[in-house]
Amino acid sequence: MVTKGFAKHYYLMLLPGFIWLTLFSIVPMFGIVIAFQDFNPGLGMFHSDWVGLENFRYMFTLNDSKTVFVNTLFIAVMKIIANMIVPLVFALMLNELRIAILKRWVQTIVYLPHFLSWVILSGILLDVLSYKGPVNGILGIFGISPTLFFAKAELFPFIIVGSDVWKEFGFNTIIFLAALTGINPSLYEAAAIDGASRWQRLWHVTLPGIITTVILLSVLSLGNVLNAGFDQIFNLYNPLVYSSGDIIDTWVYRTGLLNLQYGLATAMGLLKSVISFVLITTSYFLAAKFANYRIF
Amino acid sequence: MVKETTLGSKAFDLVLIVLLVGISIMCVLPLWYTLAVSLSDNAAASSGQVSLWPVGFNFNSYQEIMGDSKFFNSFWISIQRVVLGSSLNFVIIILMGYPLSKNAKDLPFRNVLMWILVFTMLFNGGLIPWYQTVKSLGLINNIWALVLGNSVPIFSVILVINYFRNLPKELEEAALVDGAGPWYMLIQIFIPLAVPVLATVTLFSIVYHWNEFFNGLVLMSNADHYPLQTYIQQLVVIVDANTMTAEQIQKMSELSNQTLNSAKIFIAMIPVLVIYPFLQRFFIHGITLGSVKE
Repeated sequence: MVTKGFAKHYYLMLLPGFIWLTLFSIVPMFGIVIAFQDFNPGLGMFHSDWVGLENFRYMFTLNDSKTVFVNTLFIAVMKIIANMIVPLVFALMLNELRIAILKRWVQTIVYLPHFLSWVILSGILLDVLSYKGPVNGILGIFGISPTLFFAKAELFPFIIVGSDVWKEFGFNTIIFLAALTGINPSLYEAAAIDGASRWQRLWHVTLPGIITTVILLSVLSLGNVLNAGFDQIFNLYNPLVYSSGDIIDTWVYRTGLLNLQYGLATAMGLLKSVISFVLITTSYFLAAKFANYRIF
Repeated sequence: MVKETTLGSKAFDLVLIVLLVGISIMCVLPLWYTLAVSLSDNAAASSGQVSLWPVGFNFNSYQEIMGDSKFFNSFWISIQRVVLGSSLNFVIIILMGYPLSKNAKDLPFRNVLMWILVFTMLFNGGLIPWYQTVKSLGLINNIWALVLGNSVPIFSVILVINYFRNLPKELEEAALVDGAGPWYMLIQIFIPLAVPVLATVTLFSIVYHWNEFFNGLVLMSNADHYPLQTYIQQLVVIVDANTMTAEQIQKMSELSNQTLNSAKIFIAMIPVLVIYPFLQRFFIHGITLGSVKE
């Protein structure tokens, strides 16, 4: 083939993207040195004092860091589990639905919340769950006295997980539906001829058909155990629920940009980045090994 | 498909339909409620009388927004951001996706470049170094901070790479025989074939730039430069106090102008609600094709 001389055009095509990457991804990576400094924005990272591991040492003495670590893990793990089970069950239900037009309508509607921002949805959620809001109204019918949902630390993680599932389950269904369409229809025919009921077909044909997808997604979700969802929590939390709702990312924002403790916040961010990176790399390695999955 | 006519199976279908319709309604009910509140009388809304239908139907809050220059200013910033940001993303995604879909034979160092790409997707310097970098580039209070502030959408680039790789090799060979160069090949042959995946990543870009509030909050020190989501975030959800009691939170929600806030939230939803149905039929196709790797 005469593709000689194409390579320099390819590099030309790649140039703008890599300049952008360098400016906004690669240069900030060097900024992690701030984690080892007593950073002073006036002096910049070339002239600020080095403090070695002092920021990390101080971080581990804080009660806050244990709290945010536990909160992050707890919320993220609950989200991973719920965001696996609910879309899976929903996809199986949708797959059993035999009215094509209704199926399309249901799909269109349940994907929608995924495309709305947490700012918008938080505004709605704060209203719906407010003291005189409709949820308290409905609970009132059953004689339950109104609750200030967003003032209760013990409820907060569950509101977070519940509303996240509500927003994302439809969109997360897509991948399961794609896997379901890959199942050979003749398997169902054969099972039916052998006298299998709908439940038996679901159990013996459908589930085995998508189990690899389920395993693959579980492995890949390992990389998210420190991502509890900044946008959502940032827009829903308040000081009353810090004890159960403050996560690494929100803590880094408050400590770094509001309280100006740059070194400390960067140290915490770096710790999170490193742990996440190791987990993601491990999960991709496992996925490649056991499910033969590669992203490119 | 297998035909089922037994009574048990029909009951199963009926339960399924009821459940699925119920779940779908639950997905849009909160949005509908917001619309109902925005069209209600403010006193009725704050005392919790509104359920699914406006109480004291009026357009007052929408009329008030019409005269709100701050709202329109941030709306306009968001429009600019979406247009600039999505166009730039579109061009960059294609310009990166196409060469990287080639083999290492045609593009030397391809694997090194891919490795850099994936590394920057998985690892980042964190909030403070990122903020310091954008600041040192002099982009604070500049619309380009919102457009460029976050990195290349690498996930979209990977979707496009995989899509291009799955196109038949014969296409390229035929074009080469006819004497097509790399740019001609990309623009005349590959882009037209990639419409589903390009529509998908463009939808993602538009939605991202429309929905993003954090860059606006952090990189714009002056509220006049806030995009719409940041403006709404400040208005509706901010709880700016280090000590706050339950009573204060309750009082705050009662004092706020609920119908006006709901109207603003609803208007901010409209662009997504409008473009979503058009691009929806593309994205499922685009995602599943782009993520399959032979």
